[in-house]
Amino acid sequence: MSDSKTPLLDELEKGPWPSFVKEIKKAASKNEKAKDLLGQLELSYKDKKTHWKHGGIVGVRGYGGGVIGRFSDVGEQFPAAAHFHTIRVNQPSGWYYTTDALRQLCDIWDKYGSGLTNMHGSTGDAVFLGAGTDELEDIFCELSAAEWDLGGSGSDVRTPSCCLGPSRCEFACYDTMALTYDLTMTYQDELHRPLFPYKWKFKMAGCPNDCVASIARADFSVIGTWRDDIRIDQDAVAKYAKAGLDIRFDVTRKCPTKCMKWDGTKLEIDNSECVRCMHCINVMPKALRPGTDTGATLLIGAKAPIVQGAILSSVLVPFMKIEPPYEKLKELVEKIWEFWDDHGVARERVGELIQRVGLGNFLEGIGVPPSPQMITQPRDNPYIFYEEYYEEEDEKGGEE
Amino acid sequence: MATKEEIKARKTDIGPPHYERFLHPIIKENYGKWKYHEILKPGVMVHVSEDEAKIWTVRAASPRLISTDFIRMICELADKYCDGYLRFTSRNNIEFLLADEANIDPLIADLGAADIPVGGIGKSISNIVHTQGWVHCHSAATDASGLVKAVMDELIDHFTKMDMPAKLRIALACCINMCGAVHCSDIAILGLHRTPPKIESHDRLRNICEIPSTVASCPNAAIRPAFIDGKKTVEVDEDRCMYCGNCFTVCPAMPIADPLNDGVSIWVGGKVSNARSAPKFTKLAIPYLPNNPPRWPEVTDAIKNIVGIYIKGARNYERLGEWAERIGWPKFFDLTGIKFTKYHIDDFKYAGTTYRRTTQIRG
Repeated sequence: MSDSKTPLLDELEKGPWPSFVKEIKKAASKNEKAKDLLGQLELSYKDKKTHWKHGGIVGVRGYGGGVIGRFSDVGEQFPAAAHFHTIRVNQPSGWYYTTDALRQLCDIWDKYGSGLTNMHGSTGDAVFLGAGTDELEDIFCELSAAEWDLGGSGSDVRTPSCCLGPSRCEFACYDTMALTYDLTMTYQDELHRPLFPYKWKFKMAGCPNDCVASIARADFSVIGTWRDDIRIDQDAVAKYAKAGLDIRFDVTRKCPTKCMKWDGTKLEIDNSECVRCMHCINVMPKALRPGTDTGATLLIGAKAPIVQGAILSSVLVPFMKIEPPYEKLKELVEKIWEFWDDHGVARERVGELIQRVGLGNFLEGIGVPPSPQMITQPRDNPYIFYEEYYEEEDEKGGEE
Repeated sequence: MATKEEIKARKTDIGPPHYERFLHPIIKENYGKWKYHEILKPGVMVHVSEDEAKIWTVRAASPRLISTDFIRMICELADKYCDGYLRFTSRNNIEFLLADEANIDPLIADLGAADIPVGGIGKSISNIVHTQGWVHCHSAATDASGLVKAVMDELIDHFTKMDMPAKLRIALACCINMCGAVHCSDIAILGLHRTPPKIESHDRLRNICEIPSTVASCPNAAIRPAFIDGKKTVEVDEDRCMYCGNCFTVCPAMPIADPLNDGVSIWVGGKVSNARSAPKFTKLAIPYLPNNPPRWPEVTDAIKNIVGIYIKGARNYERLGEWAERIGWPKFFDLTGIKFTKYHIDDFKYAGTTYRRTTQIRG
């Protein structure tokens, strides 16, 4: 029999996938907080339930977000993990780092915290797991001295995030990293001080492949697209065919609008029918490229199920050029916030508000004219609430 | 303690460092000028710019919950092979960025020596995005890191090889609040509570919870102020409870965790990409599997089964949801042997839109 104190977790040190248990143990070998976390987690594995509670607002001076309180419900047994708060550190756009920058973060975290991190959290932040209440101010001071800042939490602008865009992807239709940085800096106050009915997420994806799940997760999704023709290199298409790609079966037949033709030597695309789905470009990136008149589709309202069910973002602006200083985009965002502030109820995401008041009324409220690109089909029920109708006086030629 | 200078230097609202500081010189020089990319082998690709400049990427696995030792170790590798530059992906993989093709194999060998697999590009299963679970969440109905480890140990060959019909994305959320966006993945593992919160002691509740904020915390108005023995407390309308645990967030005297009933559900067929078909939600495949730590064998078996049947049946470039829609959901249940129950039929708001209103049914 092994005399290990963590027989259940030890099982998860085995196997080919990198083990988080090894990671906790590495930290635990020199840190009491991580050691008690390991003990508490083993207890959870034994009890088949969590031993955390929320119970209490914690934070740093001047900020309403960025730190999430976490307390153990078995703190007497594991005193070093009794207060084990999360610190969200706003990540650089595209999750790029130099080794110097990462070591700087590690040095700060080793000095005060558990030595355990998430690279990265679901919204995008670099996450420090396990800070004591008394250390929060010190950690923040050191982070800020090293030019790092906190991300969002609670009912505020959550840390904006993006795919790596034009930095290393030929599909990028606008500069996702620049827009993300700009929005993050423009809305620092909204990011650090929760004043909204609920959370607000921005996610910037460079093309319709949407590697950051913007359409599923962001209240405001900016997804790159183009409006001119797909660029074709016919020689490169022929090379793909010669190398064994079945262009008819794997490319043209999978085109959602069947706007492509391949006769064995030449690929023809009727761009007026193309919906810019990316499939053909994904399959033949050396032969096909998005057009050069690029921008983004703006969509609104995605969220996970709580409360009214999950929602995917829906089209708000079919096409917008995305160029600094992004005035049109920001004006639109601020109009939406104003409407949400006026009409949203507590804990109502903007997507739920739109479902409650109707997209038509929402559009009117933010001053955006309705267009058929925003829907998959017009209404099929007759319950129309007309806002204009004739009065008797009109018959007599009365004025409006 | 922070020094006086540090406290004096305390700046707020400075935002994150500008990303340009962290870009490899080749990336900075070719920003916005990339022409095409090519996947050279599992986990390795090259991007080529208009000027024929090249940057190679090696993608490596990470458990996401990592120690500072792990970060320092990958920094050493990035110093040795990547001029000190690296990045993380939206699925928590590590990407090493190389200016010299000759460094690829030595880097992969060093990663192998550190037990870090390379892969997750192209037609493969990439890293599982996931939430905190029992490691660090108060509303978790299951663990996240442990389940991910157990599942990826079984599916590792599909990470290190490109043997799938199309990419397959798995996500895990440890409760329905879904900090991880599992509602649009090819396969979603979702922890579920199945019983309402319990109030073990009304005296304790009174002492440690604010009654108005506890009532307000419920998204479905299932918690009401009440008088019990002449003293103010709350009561739960159990028929309205959807087991989200939000009340427990504000009131620790209302625990929702229930070891006997908490467990895992499996969902399939979602996607976020607009390629070919529109983005779509995951659909329920298996309503409940027990929490069976440390390795959750019922969950890993169920996922291996679904993945295996999908690989056999799907056409080239067909995502799991596209395959299921082509063959029809009745056949999906038939082929996978998953039992269809009344729980599979939606009964929430727009349930009627999911009923079949045609006689077109495959034989």
